Amino acid sequence: MRVYQFTEQAYYPAWKDHAGSLRINLPNSKLDPTTAGELFNRYYDEWQVADDIGLDIMLNEHHQTATCLSSTVVVGLSIMARITKKARLLVLGYPLGHRPDPLRCAEELSTIDVVSGGRLDMGFVKGVPYEFPASNQNPVGVMDRLWEAHDFILKAMSHRGEPFNWEGEYFHYRQVNIWPRPIQQPHPPLWSTTNSKNNAYALGEKGYVIATLGSGYGTRPLYDAYRQGYYKTHRKAPGADRFAYLGLVAVAHDESEARRRGDLIADYLRTSAIVHIPYRNPPGYLSIEDNAKILKGFKQPRGTAKDGRPVDIYTCSVQDLVDAGILFCGTPDQVYKQIVEFCEYCGGMGNLLMMGQAGYLNHADTVDNLTLFAKEVMPRLQAWKQSVAEVAAA
Amino acid sequence: MSGTTDAHSSLVVAGVKIELIERGQGNPRARPILLLHPNIGIEPAAPVLDALAKGGRVIAPTHPGFGASQSPKGMNSIDDLSYFYLDLMEQLDLRDVLLVGVGIGGWLACEIAVKTTERIDRLVLGNPLGIKVGDRETRDIFDIWSITQPEIDALAYFDPSIAKRDYNALPEADVLAAARNREATARVAWSPYMHNPKLLARLRRIDVPVLILWGTADRIVLNSGYGRAYAAAIPGARLETIERAGHYPHIEQPDEFARRTLAFAEQKQQAKASA
Repeated sequence: MRVYQFTEQAYYPAWKDHAGSLRINLPNSKLDPTTAGELFNRYYDEWQVADDIGLDIMLNEHHQTATCLSSTVVVGLSIMARITKKARLLVLGYPLGHRPDPLRCAEELSTIDVVSGGRLDMGFVKGVPYEFPASNQNPVGVMDRLWEAHDFILKAMSHRGEPFNWEGEYFHYRQVNIWPRPIQQPHPPLWSTTNSKNNAYALGEKGYVIATLGSGYGTRPLYDAYRQGYYKTHRKAPGADRFAYLGLVAVAHDESEARRRGDLIADYLRTSAIVHIPYRNPPGYLSIEDNAKILKGFKQPRGTAKDGRPVDIYTCSVQDLVDAGILFCGTPDQVYKQIVEFCEYCGGMGNLLMMGQAGYLNHADTVDNLTLFAKEVMPRLQAWKQSVAEVAAA
Repeated sequence: MSGTTDAHSSLVVAGVKIELIERGQGNPRARPILLLHPNIGIEPAAPVLDALAKGGRVIAPTHPGFGASQSPKGMNSIDDLSYFYLDLMEQLDLRDVLLVGVGIGGWLACEIAVKTTERIDRLVLGNPLGIKVGDRETRDIFDIWSITQPEIDALAYFDPSIAKRDYNALPEADVLAAARNREATARVAWSPYMHNPKLLARLRRIDVPVLILWGTADRIVLNSGYGRAYAAAIPGARLETIERAGHYPHIEQPDEFARRTLAFAEQKQQAKASA
């Protein structure tokens, strides 16, 4: 199993000073640029620790938000490419749905791959709903636009010889010939996220790594859809390395200390949904059928506990989060067992995207959290032989 | 077209199947009135349909992508829709059309008329969108996707209670249509937001009489000079206001809207008769 350390790089000093929205329309007068710089550097230091102790690294970006300072992930990736030595550098996600210029994307990502010595993993995502008002890209048709951008970037990275031409539905380029081209051939590995079975199936067909974020004990149906898509094109079951899961992780020798850390990290969930209501569901982002349900007042429960009980991950207790497979929390032994149990439920899961820092969890606690995990949990996970699920009948 | 009177019929134009409402089809020689709906679509129960049918045969299509009409790939602008309606008028061989459009339907009517008025007798625009008047940092039109539906309704209507819908009590098809209307509006008007930067300069090409009816309670349009700017850009256009109506004067004051529309059409008839 690989373990990627992840933090949203929150600007938590603004978390208690908002008027119902931490994203998009929270005025940037709430941000002190000097403090922001200190936080960035602290988070970079923690990733450097992760690299030193054998963890991989995951970065992302969001826009106009106190939940995530990283609005241009290429900056964080660039710094990681330079200051770390061994870690894989996963960008998840790189929001193609918000990007107006995939040529620039291909150039940025190839450069990161080159500078890092071929350590980049590319997680292409459409982007979260509330950031369409920020990027002004049309949420209607975002998936079509994403796939065209995807096709273009892969072509730009893998093309050799004379410059090529691109006159698509969304993007137009002449004389495409990117410098540098990536080290990893034909292009760095591809990842994506989804919480829909249709998209999971499509990712399976392509064989990209599927990541689900906080889907807990509702994950298996997504993975099984992926397995069916994968089987269709590969005629074999996918290995555990095709599956990734973002879970919150809080570990300490003392269980009550672990719970305290878990509670602080769970503030990520509690703050992530604080968004001006109209921005949560821009037109075209969800399907017509889902929007019809919303008109009728339908609300999707956001989490499911092991026993099938719905859990509201934005407000529930630490214990509920553990029961739901959202948070792995406790002593090293407890955390190991929770992760193994979750992987078995998934039918195999080979990439833990570990949110080992969030919100108010301070530097010392974060370093201790990561170090303890790397020393006492990860070796056991790596020694553990996962069984891989067969493909269920379609 | 079928002859149904109180529900939708369907029509295929250029391979695209749309739904439409027809009224007053008894006399095939009656003046064709083509009604282009705003972002919220048009319901068969809307009283304006029968009110307009007193002066002609009403054809009220649902734009491609809206309601239950097909959404062909690549049709994602008001400009695209304007070509669709040029095809529709040709296919139905409509002549001397009284073209009526409200909101983005008014914008659409203008995008058609700047191309050709060959089949158009005159235009009536209800609170039309589609032009850029203010400076680059001043929105002419409220960002409806930055507020909730009740807030939109409060800005759009003189009496917002008209807009209330109990979606749990409506047929599923109507709920789906409402969801499609919202998506289809964004498809054609997300950015540039609710306008075509080139339209204002093209409006001078409209060479038929134009009446703009402006619901005075419209607060979706933020620029108080918007209707005047529209009228000033179209040669000879007349601007009239309708009280106790917002962005949808054909819904809030259907009789007044139809009366003024038909009176405007009659002026031409009288002018012709006296000539």
